[in-house]
Amino acid sequence: MTVISSHKDVNNLTFTVTAEFTAGVDQVWQVWENPRLLERWWGPPTWPATFDKLEFRRGGDARYYMTGPEGEKARGWWKIIDVSAPRRFEFDDGFAGDDGEPLDPADTTRCVVTLEEDGGITRMTSVTTFKSADQLEQMSEMGMEEGTTEAMAQIDEILSETSVSR
Amino acid sequence: MCNQMVVDSERDTEVDRIFQALADATRRDIVARTLTHELSVSAIAEHYAMSFAAVQKHVAVLERASLITKVRRGREQLVHSNADTLRRAAQLLDAYEKIWHSRAARIGDILLAEPEKGTEQ
Repeated sequence: MTVISSHKDVNNLTFTVTAEFTAGVDQVWQVWENPRLLERWWGPPTWPATFDKLEFRRGGDARYYMTGPEGEKARGWWKIIDVSAPRRFEFDDGFAGDDGEPLDPADTTRCVVTLEEDGGITRMTSVTTFKSADQLEQMSEMGMEEGTTEAMAQIDEILSETSVSR
Repeated sequence: MCNQMVVDSERDTEVDRIFQALADATRRDIVARTLTHELSVSAIAEHYAMSFAAVQKHVAVLERASLITKVRRGREQLVHSNADTLRRAAQLLDAYEKIWHSRAARIGDILLAEPEKGTEQ
């Protein structure tokens, strides 16, 4: 059973998701380190990912693309900032051009993944930091296609921090 | 982060302006108050322990982000929230959340299918 919580921080443009898996920490680490496993979950079913390159070490590079329903390719790249197997993994993720190389090496989102095992349950926490809301918009485009949203409920959520009495 | 935002303001995109406008408790409160009914700037200002000018500045930030619209009625300027803009911001965050929730679900499936080692099927 996968238990998930997530937290959206509008102020700092960070997104945190926590999931628990009934599996050892080494197994969960594998879904990141093994590119054949990674590409089975990184992209949504409508945009499956293919990793041409994955150098899973500090300073290493990754090159991948996601193939859309019309055969279009959305290319991306990672720069691996730090790896502490099997506990922590930090990388920058950016958009790539048709040649697979970074469009703008400075236009990245930072992702920090930590794994903690406790009694056969591994908790995975991923914190993504966006440099701008524009990045969030670009990254979200593929997620948008996955389903409809309940607009009014979301507005309530955004305004839920508003607690000044009327 | 605040200084960064000031420096970057020239190349802000529309969606950046929306999130920057929402990243302030007073401004979120103004949006909430004017979502269901129009209020004049002076009526809004009564709710806050800050100067009328300070409230006007907040209203201006919200207006630039298209989160509120000002309408002149007689001698009054009435403010109302744009639910569409707010909805767009919420949808972005929600869509990104959805990406990670489905990723986690797929990881769960992979781990169930391959309980021993991370090998291919």
